[in-house]
Amino acid sequence: MSFLNLLRIALRALQRNKLRAFLTMLGIIIGVASVIAMVAIGQGSKQSIQQQLSGMGSNMIIIRPNSNISAGARLDATSVQTLSLDDVKALQKQAPDLTAVSPMANSRGQAIYGSNNWPTTIQGVQPNYLSDIRQWPVADGVTFTDRDVQTQSKVCLLGQTVITNLFPNGGSPIGKYIRFGNVPLLVIGTLAPKGESAFGQDQDDVIIAPFTTVQRRILSSANSTIYVQNIYASAKDEKSTTAASDEISNILRSNHKLKPTDEDDFAVRTMQELINTFSSTSQLLTVLLAVIAGISLLVGGIGIMNIMYVSVTERTREIGLRMSIGARGVDILLQFLTEAILISITGGILGVFLGISSAWLVTFFLKWPTLVTESSIVLSFLVCAVTGVFFGYYPAQKASRLDPIEALRYE
Amino acid sequence: MVEPVAAEPAVVAAAAVDKNSIMSNQKILELRDIKREFRMGSEIVRALKGVSFDVVAGEFLTIMGSSGSGKTTLLNTLGCLDKPSDGTYLLDGVDIKKLGRNELAKLRNAKIGFVFQAYNLLPRTSALENVELPLLYNPTLSAKERKERAVKCLEAVNLADRLDHTPNQLSGGQQQRVAIARALVNEPVMILADEATGNLDSRSSYSIMALMQDLNAQGKTIVFVTHEPDIASFSSRTIMLRDGKVIKDSPNENRKSAREMLDSLPKTEDY
Repeated sequence: MSFLNLLRIALRALQRNKLRAFLTMLGIIIGVASVIAMVAIGQGSKQSIQQQLSGMGSNMIIIRPNSNISAGARLDATSVQTLSLDDVKALQKQAPDLTAVSPMANSRGQAIYGSNNWPTTIQGVQPNYLSDIRQWPVADGVTFTDRDVQTQSKVCLLGQTVITNLFPNGGSPIGKYIRFGNVPLLVIGTLAPKGESAFGQDQDDVIIAPFTTVQRRILSSANSTIYVQNIYASAKDEKSTTAASDEISNILRSNHKLKPTDEDDFAVRTMQELINTFSSTSQLLTVLLAVIAGISLLVGGIGIMNIMYVSVTERTREIGLRMSIGARGVDILLQFLTEAILISITGGILGVFLGISSAWLVTFFLKWPTLVTESSIVLSFLVCAVTGVFFGYYPAQKASRLDPIEALRYE
Repeated sequence: MVEPVAAEPAVVAAAAVDKNSIMSNQKILELRDIKREFRMGSEIVRALKGVSFDVVAGEFLTIMGSSGSGKTTLLNTLGCLDKPSDGTYLLDGVDIKKLGRNELAKLRNAKIGFVFQAYNLLPRTSALENVELPLLYNPTLSAKERKERAVKCLEAVNLADRLDHTPNQLSGGQQQRVAIARALVNEPVMILADEATGNLDSRSSYSIMALMQDLNAQGKTIVFVTHEPDIASFSSRTIMLRDGKVIKDSPNENRKSAREMLDSLPKTEDY
């Protein structure tokens, strides 16, 4: 029998029971739509986390002091100070894959302007921290210079959150003096808004000042002049972050005169690692959602099987008739299989449209990021076709094996 | 047991009209000592105990018998739906015994037109599509040819104005005529009718029998299974079965015309 005749026969059979065909299809439609929508939600959140992390500077490398053993007691990272300005200089000179290195000294405290005050963090860095490492543009005013760092200038740049809290009535903060603790600082610029970080931290709640200003004037303890809390660096590009972090390890180990058996007394964190960690978390989410949706597709498939069995029983006489007028077993098999596949494929197509539109609706109404991937469409569609064949085959085989004599007499 | 079939005038006349038949008494069916046994649990039921007869082109044969006579088993064998346990059956010169399931299906498609008591039309499907059905299993025809042939057959059964009607929009007699058109559409060598008038009132029955006689006059070979002697009187030859054996095989001396019977019915019944 030709394929066209087969299709015609199956289509006519389905047309005779439109509502039932549609209801059977509904299982598949919902299954496919949920696979696509769920995967879109999973992929969307993954993509948005990746974008946020990249927004922090995907080349960025953070070096922190690591816990160290002092007189047998393991000390926690914050109380240890192993990184020094020498390390910064060494990194600047010796690491070929690093484009910028900046020490950072930070302190929490109260920022005060007039009658307003706001608890925030001040970060003391070198000018290249904004321009190269974070790639953080200045919204208004200017940034400080290397000379400001040398002279411990009492200048600063304000993040947007600090501005709204210290200057609630609007008006440019530039040229005004604020106080951070006891230290008066001249506002020379404002930072462009950066929004929340991937960790839900407000990145705009910060004051940026020259490194030495924070180190000497604000922290001003004996140790703070030698040690630095963090070192921020930037690799040439995303690909060289791994090479760069290896270079950093080697330089710091030799600088700290560590024996090969000693543990690192510092920790190197690349953004790439963070991105990978978060990606794998949301990848897991995607897989879980896809599994749940896949189960509903399976249930839809069982629905097809059920209806096809009912249909075979109900249409026993029709099968007998078809056999008596010349249908071979294989013709009957193919007819019922084609019916099942038609149901599942049509359901699949409708499900793809429903899935895409519901993903769009989720973005529109709930503002959740969604990303419909081709792979999820292709995959669910293939699963659908396979479902049709798999769940349609047994009922079809049952039909094809009927005895025409008994089928014709079936009541 | 087997009575030689005398070349009676009606058969010769009918066969002469059939353009396909080369010889006037070309054998369409040849049954030789057909036996059929069924196993029902531990018992063996012998439905046919050696049936032999021939049917030549252009004959209108009725097979009669009460229930349990092996009538249905014989019909299934004739229709190539079932194979005999023993004996040979040649349909249009083809030995059924050597054929597999698929080849039997092909043979049914090409050589036999079935007409059933319950019509067995596909529900919610137009008369035209119902008639086209056997042609869908015949891959050599185009969609256009299929439609042309189906229309022609529906015209032959006087249903040219009912092409788009579905079975539930047709009367019993009309449904049976659609089924006859379906049996004709593949141009089979034999029409095999199983109690084709069993579900119909006498008026519709006569009209169906008149149609059968017309088709027979045009040269179609018809084998009609029935238990009504009334219906058998329209055929040219009757075979009586009892207990799986042929007890009588004789030509009908005074063959009645179904059309005359139809015309003799009172007009008032035509509501």
